[in-house]
Amino acid sequence: MTMEAQADRIAWPEEAEVAERPRRRWLPFSPWHLVLFPLALIMLLPLVWMIVTSLETQAESLHFPPVLVPGSLHFGNYPSALRSAPFGRWFLNTFIVTSTVVVSNLLLCSLAGYAFARIRFFGRAATFMLLLATLMVPFQVVMIPTFLIVKKLGLFDSLPALIAPNLVSAFGIFMLRQFFRTLPVELEEAARIDGASRLGVLFKIVLPLSLPALATLAVIQFMWTWNDFLWPLIAVFSQRNFTLQLGLTVFQGSHDVFWPLVMAGNVMSMIPMLVLFFAAQRYFVRGIATTGLKG
Amino acid sequence: MGRLRRALASDHVAGWAFIGPAFLLIGVFGILPIVWGLVLSFQKSDLIDPNTPFVGLTNYRALAHDHVLRIAAGHTLVYTGVFVPVSVIGALFVAVALNRKIHLIRFYRTAVFVPVVASTIATSIMFLWLFDAQYGLANWLLGKIGVGPFGFFDSPRGALYAIIAMTVWGWVGFDVIIYLAALQGIPHELVEAAEIDGASRWSIFRSITVPLLGPATLLLVVWSSINALQLFDEVYFVTHGGPPPYNTAVVVWWLFSLAFRLGAAGYAAAIAYVLFLAILVLTMVQFWLGNKVVHYSS
Repeated sequence: MTMEAQADRIAWPEEAEVAERPRRRWLPFSPWHLVLFPLALIMLLPLVWMIVTSLETQAESLHFPPVLVPGSLHFGNYPSALRSAPFGRWFLNTFIVTSTVVVSNLLLCSLAGYAFARIRFFGRAATFMLLLATLMVPFQVVMIPTFLIVKKLGLFDSLPALIAPNLVSAFGIFMLRQFFRTLPVELEEAARIDGASRLGVLFKIVLPLSLPALATLAVIQFMWTWNDFLWPLIAVFSQRNFTLQLGLTVFQGSHDVFWPLVMAGNVMSMIPMLVLFFAAQRYFVRGIATTGLKG
Repeated sequence: MGRLRRALASDHVAGWAFIGPAFLLIGVFGILPIVWGLVLSFQKSDLIDPNTPFVGLTNYRALAHDHVLRIAAGHTLVYTGVFVPVSVIGALFVAVALNRKIHLIRFYRTAVFVPVVASTIATSIMFLWLFDAQYGLANWLLGKIGVGPFGFFDSPRGALYAIIAMTVWGWVGFDVIIYLAALQGIPHELVEAAEIDGASRWSIFRSITVPLLGPATLLLVVWSSINALQLFDEVYFVTHGGPPPYNTAVVVWWLFSLAFRLGAAGYAAAIAYVLFLAILVLTMVQFWLGNKVVHYSS
């Protein structure tokens, strides 16, 4: 069975699940809780501790044994964090870069993926192989020349430097091409006979049927771009062009051990990602299960 | 005949028009850098001077005498050798535990998955604080059960293992998702038949579940190894690669430093290509060995 077929069957979060067999009960609850509950606590601990610290005073944070429950909740750490660094600017930069990259990928990967799936054109096999080959090459191999290309194009230290190399991804083209090939071709042929153009077929018939695949690509691409660190570290230099991930490094450095503010900043940097995760868990899970990529 | 030819021609035009923008971008930012990187690895370049003379195999010869590279390669191998089995085997057990219908299961799954969406930097910040040698919660909790205190990232020997613990936390949910998908593919009849024959849970796990998860395990081992060999963000952020004596230096950190901090981009490109080759060979060996062991059902 392919990973893709398996992914469609994944029990997440409320689809078919393995029923617990009735067993002799020596506990009033399933013994699996004894394993899973501590595990969940350990997994959540770093996140909870981040939030707790973000609401403490500096004195409370630098206390040993740690202050587990702050005397009062210092929500003021959040506006302080925003004021102490160009956080708003970094937020805006990250948002501009991420949204441009996601929208552009949806459009360009759809067009190319559709051509590779349905149109017979000269050089299709060769260009597709070339595309797959680029997927195998690790980023470290291309990062130095990509830096030189971006510099030659006059984009170094600008938001376009962060955007341009990511406008389209070979992975996205491949993923959508695979999905388009699973759609019944008869609908498209009928529309073509009725005189619809290729573009019309793609936008009026194929894409509306492909919303789950497009959503999956969108959330995966969002996560990659929002969380990316190495390329921004290379491609921009001035603080006004920083993304949040770069900003956090400055932020941490400039406050050294002022942990409540650092944590407040860290919480804020994660909020959009977390909101998207909880709104679109299903697509994250599908994206990972079908393609196996974190970034 | 003419009409057919026209139709064919229009398909060629349509095809290229559709892939055109994507192909141009991938050509400039995907294919060109791959070729340029290879060329660069035979040149001397500091990324600033436009004059980049060819130096033949000098960069590749220098690899053998690079003291830091040797340390970094050693750390990268230790990291990969520990991270991959720990995260994959850990995820296997977690996935099996999560693959059942009990109360709170959604909460448990979410708790395991959430770290996957935390960025490497956000994760590093959380763990720098959690693992703080002086005020960290981890040392306090471990002290309660009579272990430690540890220096974690400050400890010369322990820093790499602290990074392993942190990255396992960030990755395990990813592996669990893949295992859960694979577990859904195991036919119920097989497990039920074994139960009727009186097999214990442990023997069902060993003799049915684990072999049937073979393909997923192979995929995860290959994928985690590729990523482990490319470790960078956490090392750069948490320990800055451990400036001399390079306690946590890894290969990608060293090639990044060479290219963008030390003005040796040609040499760094050579390291990058050798790393690429190493990843390719390791992947092929893993698939080759894996396919001898792993059983694929139709």
